[in-house]
Amino acid sequence: MSNNLRINKNNFIDQTVRISFKFNGKKLFGYKGDTLASALLANNIHLVGRSFKYHRPRGIMTCGSEEPNAIVQVGKDSSLTDPNVRATEIELYEGLEAFSQNCWPSVNFDIGAINNFLSPLLPAGFYYKTFMWPASFWEKYEFFIRHSAGLGKSPTKPDQDLYDHQYVHCDVLVIGGGISGILSAKLSAEKGLNTILIDDKSYLGGSTIYQDDDIFKINNETSNVWLKNLIEKIKKIPNLTIKNRTSVAAFHGYNYLLAKENLTDHLAFHERKEKIRQRLLKIRAKKVIIATGAIERPLIFSNNDRPGIILSSSIKKYIDYYGVKTGENISLFTNNDSAYETAISLNKSGVKVKVIIDIRENPKSPLSEKIEKAGIKILRGYTITNTDGYKRIKSIDVMKLSKDGGSVVGNKVAYKCDCLGISGGWTPMVHLFTQSGGKLKFRNNDNVFIPDENKTPSEQISVGSSNGDFELDDVINNTIKSVKIFLGLDKNDYENLNIKCSKEKQKRNIWLLPSNKPLSKIKPFLDFQNDSTAKDVKLALREGFKSIEHVKRYTTTGMGTDQGKLSNMHALGIIADTTGTNMGELGTTTFRPPYTPLTFGAIVGRNVGEFFDHTRRTAIHDWHVENKAEFENVGQWKRPWYFPKNGETMYQAVQRESKAARESAGILDASTLGKIDIQGEDASEFLNRVYTNAWSKLAIGKCRYGLMLNEDGMVYDDGVTTRLGENHYIMTTTTGGAANVLSKLEDYLQTEWPELNVYLTTVTDQYSTMSICGPNSKKIIKKIIPSLDLSDQSFPHMSFKNSKIDNVNCRIMRISFTGEHSYEINIQSNYAKDVWERCMEAGKEFNITPYGTETMHLLRAEKGFIITGQDTDGTLTPSDLQMDWIIGKKKYDFIGKRSLYRSDTIREDRKQLVGLLTDDPKEILEEGAQLVESLEKPIDMLGHVTSSYFSPNLNKSIALAVVRSGKKLKGKKLIVPMQNKNINVTITDTVFYDKENKRLNA
Amino acid sequence: MFIINCPYCGERDQTEFSCGGEAHIERPKQPTELSDDQWAEYLFMRKNIKGIQFERWNHIHGCRKWFNVVRDTSNDKIHAVYKMGERPPVK
Ligand SMILES: [Zn+2]
Repeated sequence: MSNNLRINKNNFIDQTVRISFKFNGKKLFGYKGDTLASALLANNIHLVGRSFKYHRPRGIMTCGSEEPNAIVQVGKDSSLTDPNVRATEIELYEGLEAFSQNCWPSVNFDIGAINNFLSPLLPAGFYYKTFMWPASFWEKYEFFIRHSAGLGKSPTKPDQDLYDHQYVHCDVLVIGGGISGILSAKLSAEKGLNTILIDDKSYLGGSTIYQDDDIFKINNETSNVWLKNLIEKIKKIPNLTIKNRTSVAAFHGYNYLLAKENLTDHLAFHERKEKIRQRLLKIRAKKVIIATGAIERPLIFSNNDRPGIILSSSIKKYIDYYGVKTGENISLFTNNDSAYETAISLNKSGVKVKVIIDIRENPKSPLSEKIEKAGIKILRGYTITNTDGYKRIKSIDVMKLSKDGGSVVGNKVAYKCDCLGISGGWTPMVHLFTQSGGKLKFRNNDNVFIPDENKTPSEQISVGSSNGDFELDDVINNTIKSVKIFLGLDKNDYENLNIKCSKEKQKRNIWLLPSNKPLSKIKPFLDFQNDSTAKDVKLALREGFKSIEHVKRYTTTGMGTDQGKLSNMHALGIIADTTGTNMGELGTTTFRPPYTPLTFGAIVGRNVGEFFDHTRRTAIHDWHVENKAEFENVGQWKRPWYFPKNGETMYQAVQRESKAARESAGILDASTLGKIDIQGEDASEFLNRVYTNAWSKLAIGKCRYGLMLNEDGMVYDDGVTTRLGENHYIMTTTTGGAANVLSKLEDYLQTEWPELNVYLTTVTDQYSTMSICGPNSKKIIKKIIPSLDLSDQSFPHMSFKNSKIDNVNCRIMRISFTGEHSYEINIQSNYAKDVWERCMEAGKEFNITPYGTETMHLLRAEKGFIITGQDTDGTLTPSDLQMDWIIGKKKYDFIGKRSLYRSDTIREDRKQLVGLLTDDPKEILEEGAQLVESLEKPIDMLGHVTSSYFSPNLNKSIALAVVRSGKKLKGKKLIVPMQNKNINVTITDTVFYDKENKRLNA
Repeated sequence: MFIINCPYCGERDQTEFSCGGEAHIERPKQPTELSDDQWAEYLFMRKNIKGIQFERWNHIHGCRKWFNVVRDTSNDKIHAVYKMGERPPVK
């Protein structure tokens, strides 16, 4: 057989531009306009991959996005390689390199093919049944499954390509550039509507554009010529945007659609430089017209998966569009008229069609007459019972169908062939329609699910074959009719088109074709990619699976990368037949986005690397970087974690920082704490309602710690709030809680207490905060602001003063989160770094030590101060935290008050915050570790460690924990069981250091 | 993804908003006078209707105003939008 199956006549492929490419390392040639699939077929290569489970040889089966077999890996480069790409959708470019997937060591010799002979051992649900237990074996099973499953390989290095997102708005979006889509776009755009026409191919016109036969005529022109002229016309309409190589992946409510526009994948590498590879379009359309067409169904018979078995309409496209013969001795097997069109095309191109096997008894139409005139043999009422050939089909066995189609009769006749076209009818592409919320109805006469016009979401219609119109005249007339109503057109365009076409006379459908052998002895494949057969579906039904969704998952039918585009209808049909149900009642499985796979690149667009998330840096950040801080992510903030010196570990740095802060002076960048400016004549009343303690009597110039609850009584956030004036406060929140606290407070003000005159403004970024603590903190502040009276009488703990550094206003608070005498300087952020540097300079003689979040956490733990979100988890009340002192018992109401004496919150055996000391003072507990009383099984879990550190100031390990009934258990011994040891601990008070708070005024 | 007509800003994409659950659940004026059951009713019980539902929404990435939305949860169709404190439109 010749290795060049290209015929010369062609309008679509540029045979003057030769393109070289490699497939599995072999250098081959194609032409400009080819897909990888058409170029391979032109080189007489059918075998492109191995099937998923049995590793059977599989060939190119279609010419579009429904391709189940020809899934390849494109490119070798570890950052640019693309797995799981359909060869039928790859436009050929110079230098393309593609590889078969799922075969080892090569597509021609595949070790996994042994599974084919083991197939009786690999029925539906095999994995589920076999790999169930014992649970401890799962890791070993998983290894085995993953290695034998292996679809494509993901790239191992970051993607170098550029991707983009774009918001698109239009009046009308037309999805699909076939004849019905083009008619729709023309009607819409000519009305002046801003219209977008999207098609996933590189050209417009769908299958009509190569429908060159005088049986199909529009206004006395062949349909392809008529359509070509129409396309030339619409290309000139200024308010019509045409997007080729663009596929709609998802259709959400309110006409919000996602589409992927391929911009460079068809170009040679040197033409791609610095261009955007793919663009994700986020489209809002006022109206949507779905014209996504239909795909051809296969037929289900034994060994229907051999390389060389191709959908009949795809054979037609390969010969008519690409000028490629898929074989030199082709037979066709059909249940409808479309295979006759293929036969006519093949015949015209000089390819011999030996026989057409049609399961129908009397399919008479202009098409069949033309076939018979051409001398092609039609076997009516026959079926194929088996095929032969391993890496390529060699022959077919044909037998007569019984009247009822349930069995075969007579003798078996074998026909030789190197290619078999199959056509099981057409399935409208309703995926996008159902994604958008539309409901389908079942049309019994040709077994299709089509959009139910009464259950179509508003502002969209489906037209053409995606709406169930398969004959040319129906497609055109119904499209025009529907679009006119949909868009409110009154023009008489196309009112009198003269359409001539062939009409199908007879239909016959058999979901699972009978064989002369019992089902147990044959392999009729349903889902080619996932290797599930009709037998698997029947087995699932026998085992009690009834719902289509369950059968699908149990047999994995329709769960491959093709999402069952070819297999779903047959699976449904076989279930309906076996269970005696009507397909309409059975319904379909859910069609979920994306319709075709999206790349991760397109999904994330520019949101990669430093753009993946916002990074918030304090105004002092550069200083921290210069001084070698290690950073911790706190929400979006970068906070200094610790400042290692001379190769210190984190532990060593934190021990040094913690000691320095208590012995002399430490400084912390606390700018990330949330700051909310609260003003209005009801500000005090507002704080009374949101905090658990009382606020009305707080004097101007004083600060107070507040605890905020949810209405369920659980601690939500905490922080110090300062009264700046009669009706003016500044509230601080935790770093992580800032945005949520502001939203929550706004919610109450707007919805529950609109009578309160209060205004909230976030000033977190406007002010920077540095906290200086330790016995020498006062001397440092004195050096920076000599005029400030720092005496305890004038400036006591929990008070604030307005001041100036040079001429810049600042607020100095005397508040402490470490238990040390300390000050907080709040200054507008653009001066913060300068002031920080002054503090460092002024503190030099006192060995002022910058510290990060880790030391802050340690110091506050020594004092037993909680960190909301670390020691609390939304299940602890103030009482659980041993903070009953902060509940304003006399207050009439505050958020969460009523919940504090619900039957559940007053239980005494709630988990409560306690301190823990390890019996061995050197032993540091792990945060999250469980606490138990005894190791006797079953072990009762009493609680867990929430904070744990080695305290350099106490020279022992300390921890906070929540423990059931913990308040009553002071002095009790508990055990912390770890993987290789058990640690003995004793429950203590939560305050470990300076219980009398002497150091605050030291 | 639906479009919400913020009563203060106009039509905006759903991504700009956050949903605050069922609307017209008023915080009791005198919580301390309620029994555990009455308080639990306010605190925990929310409707989850397939069909017309009254909801609170916040234009969180916009004007930050709260308002009410009447939405059909079965198809996300929004039947009405009205400000806090306004009476719901008659069904
Ligand atoms: Zn708004």
